[in-house]
Amino acid sequence: MKRRTFLGGAMAVAVLGQGSSASAQQPPIKIGMSMPQTGGLAGGGKASLLGIEIWRDDINAKGGLLGRKVELVVYDDKSSASETPAIYAKLVDVDKVDLLFAPYATVPTAPIMPFVKQRGLLLMGNFSFQVNSKVGHDMWFNNAPWGPADSWAASFLDLAQKAGGKNMALLTADQEFAQNLALTARDVAKKRNLPVVFDQVYPPNTVEFSSIIRALKAAKPDIVYVASYPPDSAGILRAVNEIGIGDDVKIFGGGMVGLQFAAVMSNLGSLLNGVVNYNTWLPEKSMYFDGTKEFFDKYTKRAVEAKVDPLGYYLAPFGYAMGQMIEAAVNSTKSLDQKGIAKYLRENEHKTIVGPIAFSADGERKETATLQAQFRGVKDKDIEQFRSSGKQVILFPEKLKTGDLISPFEAARK
Amino acid sequence: MMKHRNSIVFWAGAAVFLIAVLSMTQIVRNEYPFFAGYVILQFIALAVAWSILGGYAGYVNFGTNAFFGVGVYTAVALFKATGAPLVVQIAAAAVVGMTLGFGVGLLTLRMRGIFFSIATIALAIIIETFVMNWRFVGGAAGIQIQRPPVMAPFDSYVKMLFFVQALLVVIAVSIARYIQNSRIGRGLQALRDDELAAECTGVPTLKLKLVACMISGALISAAGAPAAMYLQYADPSSAFNLSYSVSALAMALIGGTAHWIGPVLGAILLGSTQQLLAVTISSEVNVLVLGIMLVLFVVGAPKGIIGLLRPRYRLRAGGKP
Amino acid sequence: MDLLLGAVVLGVLLGCFYAAVSVGLSVSFGLLDVPHVAHPAFLVLASYGVYQLNESYDIDPLLAGLAITPLFFLFGLLAYRVYYETFERRGSDAAVRGIAFFFGIAFIIEVLIILQFGVDQRSVSATYIGKSWRFGEFRIPIRQLVAFAVALALTLLLAVYLSKTFMGRAIRAVAQDEEALRLMGANPVRIKQFAFGIATAVLGIAGALLIIVAPVEPTLDRAYIGRTFCVVVMAGLGSISGTLIAAIILGVAESIVLTLFGASWAPAISFAMLLGVLAVRPQGLLGR
Repeated sequence: MKRRTFLGGAMAVAVLGQGSSASAQQPPIKIGMSMPQTGGLAGGGKASLLGIEIWRDDINAKGGLLGRKVELVVYDDKSSASETPAIYAKLVDVDKVDLLFAPYATVPTAPIMPFVKQRGLLLMGNFSFQVNSKVGHDMWFNNAPWGPADSWAASFLDLAQKAGGKNMALLTADQEFAQNLALTARDVAKKRNLPVVFDQVYPPNTVEFSSIIRALKAAKPDIVYVASYPPDSAGILRAVNEIGIGDDVKIFGGGMVGLQFAAVMSNLGSLLNGVVNYNTWLPEKSMYFDGTKEFFDKYTKRAVEAKVDPLGYYLAPFGYAMGQMIEAAVNSTKSLDQKGIAKYLRENEHKTIVGPIAFSADGERKETATLQAQFRGVKDKDIEQFRSSGKQVILFPEKLKTGDLISPFEAARK
Repeated sequence: MMKHRNSIVFWAGAAVFLIAVLSMTQIVRNEYPFFAGYVILQFIALAVAWSILGGYAGYVNFGTNAFFGVGVYTAVALFKATGAPLVVQIAAAAVVGMTLGFGVGLLTLRMRGIFFSIATIALAIIIETFVMNWRFVGGAAGIQIQRPPVMAPFDSYVKMLFFVQALLVVIAVSIARYIQNSRIGRGLQALRDDELAAECTGVPTLKLKLVACMISGALISAAGAPAAMYLQYADPSSAFNLSYSVSALAMALIGGTAHWIGPVLGAILLGSTQQLLAVTISSEVNVLVLGIMLVLFVVGAPKGIIGLLRPRYRLRAGGKP
Repeated sequence: MDLLLGAVVLGVLLGCFYAAVSVGLSVSFGLLDVPHVAHPAFLVLASYGVYQLNESYDIDPLLAGLAITPLFFLFGLLAYRVYYETFERRGSDAAVRGIAFFFGIAFIIEVLIILQFGVDQRSVSATYIGKSWRFGEFRIPIRQLVAFAVALALTLLLAVYLSKTFMGRAIRAVAQDEEALRLMGANPVRIKQFAFGIATAVLGIAGALLIIVAPVEPTLDRAYIGRTFCVVVMAGLGSISGTLIAAIILGVAESIVLTLFGASWAPAISFAMLLGVLAVRPQGLLGR
């Protein structure tokens, strides 16, 4: 686990120690969080953290919050649910942090939801999926663009049905996030009387997807909805390329985690073409807001030395946006009162580098801003190509759209 | 005579420990020590329970995670179905763990050494797959749990769990100590040194192995059961995490398995080292430390910490507490 | 019917790949009785070595695998020497502490890989990755065929080596009766060390296959502990041909379950098979 402080461990202690003498400086505002830095979620966790760190440096360069420097207190949760309760108890009771950010992803976040609710603490969510639906904490705000639970499946199926899809195949990983997506997909399909002709759940650590893809192909679906994890996403796309998926398929993809990460994308290269998959931020012209470009300039430089995702589109800007929302709330309410901050966050629309954000009562986005984008003209072995627009054309949401779906899937792959 | 006095010292120590824990929950207001302490106590219980089979009998159980996960999910299923209180959850987990232990004990009929270990890995994967496909407890998606209100005299649920886990540690340790000093312990040690010879000299090896498996399994599952309420969340990949198996084994071996105090010391050392490292050095290094400690101890201190402290255990395992 | 046939074919290919990643363990654990739980960690390390050569010098992954085998041979010699000096020589509960020792080694390797390469998954490029061989409607991934062919060659080569050459026979002999060998004037420790070197060297090629078949990440070894030991035990310790047969059975079973039944039950099926074999025939299918 790692504790990162404003100026690095030793320096920060020195600053704290001489707090009173150094030009009447007030103690820093501490923001505490755990972040997966080892284990399965580490790749995402490190990128997310870098985004938050860039925000911290920006705000401190501007003189801090309420005239106080901002300091991050970060521990590693090893991507596991069993580590976070103790970490957050420490953050609150020992480190006495002023504000809490959630770790990246649902599994490490789930165990701390009851804790923050019981203590009445504000928690800024970081890409969890429907983690508050059963807890009902009114001081939870998720930075992720997911929106209402069923909007994800609904947007993909809208595109699919418009392209003439009449039945669906569902291929999902037997893991938490993918199964939640699968549940909503089955619901939406049922509501629309869309027959599900293939519904397979594959286990974690599956080595070879050729056999599954053959079975899927044999079911002759029009729509293929896939919810998978990084190691599998690559395996599935390879198998699709090798085994083929049939000419009936109008649209393929939907919920494949991993196709947002630079290492995976450059590995797969041209295999990505045609796939329609979710995303959160892409270098398309509709996605640039105030400060977005400056953020990525900084990120690109720092990602190299931090050995994190060189593109950082998926998580990092949302980490920054999380900071921006706190910044706006604290500056407007002129205090660190968590109830006041929560009220402000709930009642206003917030300008961030990932666009305007407004929350509904459950702390999720009012409207979904989850992108569905189609890969086009991707070449092999080239990370830099993903920095230019047109490689991932945004099909949804309407407001951010930069192109139309090319269908069927086989035609879009060329 | 000596033995009798030792017993008094042991029970007095256990009582003092529990009273200290109880008064700590009443006095200390900061909740963090209870969160961290719960984790360490849980590892003590696991390491002690593991070494009943792994240490005394020499059957290396790699399936600690299976028993742990079974404990967690027994608690989850029971709580979801009937809203049973914590005590019932733990008791039920112990019963299910014991049944599973009986099954594992039957495996020892035909398997020895590493074959047995591999069979327990296989068992863990089979049970995890079963839970992943069991929709009632959330399947692979996991399940969030709402804790019931806390009972007096505790003012927070975590403090109560801390006390409950301390109680489980005392139970585990006293059972381990009893076994170590009784005929069961001597029998297990005989079959550990040479199973065939033990059998020939009339040691009821099968019965002993079954007993050891059942007790060890019941204790591991019982120690796992409160984790459902501690996390207020359960998912198969966390509950059946391989790290429970490795930690239990590592802690017992680092402490030494010849005496019940070994796993206790090992768990305290390794558990608190990891908590300490959490706030000082970077994350990868934390995993590295576990690896290096394991290697150093098994290479440099074959009998664990107790072997370093009391050289006589090198010659004579077991004996007096 | 067509689906079933396809599943069997793909399962055989997958099985041969499993044989390739397990065959080293069949020597180190099966013949030498070393509880080598770090075997999969060595395997992943080899994959990263192959990745490094492929990435920086654009060397074909299989050639890269071949290139690192001498290094892995030396690495194996060293690893066995350490293991022997600290455990086997002292006797008694070497197995229990040996397991802990190799777990420790596996953790250390994982962390070193993370520190060097980061946590992202890595894969290699080669002309045969991503293409398929068509046979009417039926298509087989070429990387699978490559893995199949190399795995088959590797396993057969090792089987021949162990049964026909002088050193190979010595290795078999040391597994059966160390004392007899000692009486004949040979040094069993030297022979075992050499055998362990061979078992580790084989991982160079196996690591190349691992990264050809699918991308690797630093903690991938944990997924392979169960699979490799499953194959070796099911085969019967030390039987190389048994390893191939057991691996193919595992591959076909997995493939059929994935294609035709609930895919999510696949791990339970293969490990239930292992338990079944252990319970009915503890010495494995072709045990010694």
